Amino acid sequence: MTGFPTLLYKEVLRFWKVSFQTVAAPVLSALLYLLVFAHALASHVQVFPGVSYVQFLIPGLAMMAMLQNAFANSSSSIIQSKITGNIVFILLPPMAPVEIFAAYLVAAMVRGLVVGLGVFAATLWLIPIPVAKPLWAIGFAVVGSGMLGVLGIVAGIWSEKFDQLAAFQNFLVMPLTFLAGVFYSVHSLPPFWRGLSRLNPFFYAIDGFRYGFFAQSDVSPWASLAFATATFTALSLLTLQLLRRGYKLRH
Amino acid sequence: MSVAAAAAVDIRGVEKRFGAVHALRGVSLEVRPGEFFGLLGPNGAGKTTLISALGGLARPDSGSLAVMGHDVAGDFRAARRAVGIVPQEIVFDPFFTVRETLRIQSGYFGLRRNDAWIDELLERLALASKAEANMRSLSGGMKRRVMVAQALVHRPPVIVLDEPTAGVDVELRQTLWQFIRGLNAAGHTIVLTTHYLEEAQQLCSRIAMMKDGRIVAMDSVANLLAAFSERVLRVKLEGGELPAALATNATRDEAGYWRIPVEDMAQVETVLARLREAGATLSGLEVSEPDLEEVFLHIMRRPGQELRAP
Repeated sequence: MTGFPTLLYKEVLRFWKVSFQTVAAPVLSALLYLLVFAHALASHVQVFPGVSYVQFLIPGLAMMAMLQNAFANSSSSIIQSKITGNIVFILLPPMAPVEIFAAYLVAAMVRGLVVGLGVFAATLWLIPIPVAKPLWAIGFAVVGSGMLGVLGIVAGIWSEKFDQLAAFQNFLVMPLTFLAGVFYSVHSLPPFWRGLSRLNPFFYAIDGFRYGFFAQSDVSPWASLAFATATFTALSLLTLQLLRRGYKLRH
Repeated sequence: MSVAAAAAVDIRGVEKRFGAVHALRGVSLEVRPGEFFGLLGPNGAGKTTLISALGGLARPDSGSLAVMGHDVAGDFRAARRAVGIVPQEIVFDPFFTVRETLRIQSGYFGLRRNDAWIDELLERLALASKAEANMRSLSGGMKRRVMVAQALVHRPPVIVLDEPTAGVDVELRQTLWQFIRGLNAAGHTIVLTTHYLEEAQQLCSRIAMMKDGRIVAMDSVANLLAAFSERVLRVKLEGGELPAALATNATRDEAGYWRIPVEDMAQVETVLARLREAGATLSGLEVSEPDLEEVFLHIMRRPGQELRAP
């Protein structure tokens, strides 16, 4: 490990310097979702017994924000460096592919977790929610933001233009997050959509995370953990392979 | 240096294609430790691709490259520690100040406490007053000097500068060359590409010229000048004729000057004496020294095959 600590520090500093945009803005978005959906649906929906809809919504929104921001951090940093050309300053030093991978990944997770904490901090004084199984909540926060942090690295490496990255975000990440049971329980869906949701790794991150608060979930937390961890591991192996081959980075 | 000492840069049979473009066609060259080596050639000759391959930014299809005896693929950590590359395009990270940029770059090489050397670099590159300024606020020439500093944070024995003076004003260019010459005198090996041939002639001890992905000439500057360039006496005659003895070697240019190749200054005197004897009167006279530009044009105009200066 030569450059890993510095690259991690640089990546964290990079989003922290513009934290109004990278942390405050997504927290505000999550709050707006909460206000609008809570107002519209609170009286109609009760997903888990003893849990109000607003309470049900908060962990989902927090996880959605974590997933989106972890993705945004690694993908936007890499594509900006590629397009402006300053990626050479990372490619010329004696850093191994695994160091580069780990630094972008951990920075993305830090951003995701900071935004997630921000969402809880902002909602805490509105609606208190229980934390029944804190270790599960932490575990899924880490795996979920890790999964999307890696996906962001892949998207940043693969994209050559900003609109390609936007397509990745709008046509893959957004639909998968919105269809992952943030706003509803997948049990309320018709069988076809329920089945489809079970193929969505984001669903497991959200469902498992919610288990950490209410000790209730759509599927077993162990199954969720296994599925989310497997996705994270597979994406990591793919990304490391891309970095080792220098795919779209070393020509 | 003993004979066995590793070359500073050792490039052997490097081939590289980008799709249909054959960027490097079997390039081999060796730069000795402590040399000031010039890599010249027109745009698209493959210079930047070769430098990219040396820094691990491009991967050759075949052949090998080594810096201070370390293979750039097999022993990439040691190879990258041994070389500092200043890329051709001005690039920077707009999130950071000059000092942050240099601290971060040091950290990538595993150097945690590098402030004394960073301060010295800032001082010597006339950037000290801009240390806390954001990269965005710097002029192009200053950004270029920060890039030079970034390439030197780890004190590499081999320094590669890819057209470092393109678009840099005269004063800055002088500061930069003074600095690079100092590094060379202190033992650093310098590899330079430039389009300013007079710079290359002044600075470099040895030169390779590239064309279409090949090295077409490689020798010391002195040998290249001797082989491909000549001292020429240019005279314009007002009255009288050019004596027959002189006319055999002479050619006439568009401006009406006779161009007479001469070996040295003594021969200039002989030619002038003969002209006087023949009753010729001069309205114009010039002696042009051999220069690298002439060598360059001569070599670039030759048809394709690899040749070396005799």
